[in-house]
Amino acid sequence: MPIQYYIALASCLFCIGVVGVLTRRNAIIIFMCIELMLNAANLLLVAFSKMEYATAIANKTNLTAGTDAQLFVFFIMVVAAAEVSVGLAIIVMMYRNIHSVDVNFLNRLKH
Amino acid sequence: MSIDEILFWFLSALALFSAIMVLLSKNPVHSVLWLIVVFFAISGHYLLLNAQFLAIVNIIVYAGAIMVLFLFVIMLINLNTETERQQNIWMKFFGVISGGLLLWIFISASRSAYDVANKTAMLKEGDVGLIQNLGKVLFNEYALPFEISSILFLSAMVGAVVIGKKD
Repeated sequence: MPIQYYIALASCLFCIGVVGVLTRRNAIIIFMCIELMLNAANLLLVAFSKMEYATAIANKTNLTAGTDAQLFVFFIMVVAAAEVSVGLAIIVMMYRNIHSVDVNFLNRLKH
Repeated sequence: MSIDEILFWFLSALALFSAIMVLLSKNPVHSVLWLIVVFFAISGHYLLLNAQFLAIVNIIVYAGAIMVLFLFVIMLINLNTETERQQNIWMKFFGVISGGLLLWIFISASRSAYDVANKTAMLKEGDVGLIQNLGKVLFNEYALPFEISSILFLSAMVGAVVIGKKD
């Protein structure tokens, strides 16, 4: 598959995530859209890994090319899991304090 | 059209459609379920790229653990019956416009890039994504980041408990 297709697909998924963050008011949905953006980046990293590997195989230079990108994806998943646990704790605390998860109510810093 | 291309287009269409449905669903539980479909489609892409370890980890960690956590929080604070108040129509309009502009910039910047011109991603073959190769590199070159990530998990656990506890 040409790498451009993967770039286009990952860009579309990332931009759908951006639109979700900008247009929804529910904090949990916004959080899910951030996960979507992380996954788009992961997909592109894996595609680039296989692109580098194909190039290295064709040139017979480095047979372990592309391993680093897949390990980056693994570490991104690790960080995302930690992020989700803290973020959902924050959302639950927010719901306990203001009885809503609407981000438009969280404007106390503004005035 | 070979079976790889059919699978690629099917999984891409499934991922994009489900991602849009995540945004359009009124009920947050439906959004979570559509997001799980997105994760399965992305795992299918990983399998197509022969990154088997990441495909399994993606299903276990994302679809298995993280999404269950989301569902649990939604059930806990009882969001599934409440109707969400909608964003201002102008805010929606400009959100979609700015997302579309961002997509335009991504596509036009990458379309003519020299580094990715005429390159292809290897499908179905190549053993770089097998767990044997990844494990060797992970525990040799990336042993220190691996251990640091365990400290990150510990701090996230402590942070979640401290934030979530009733004072």
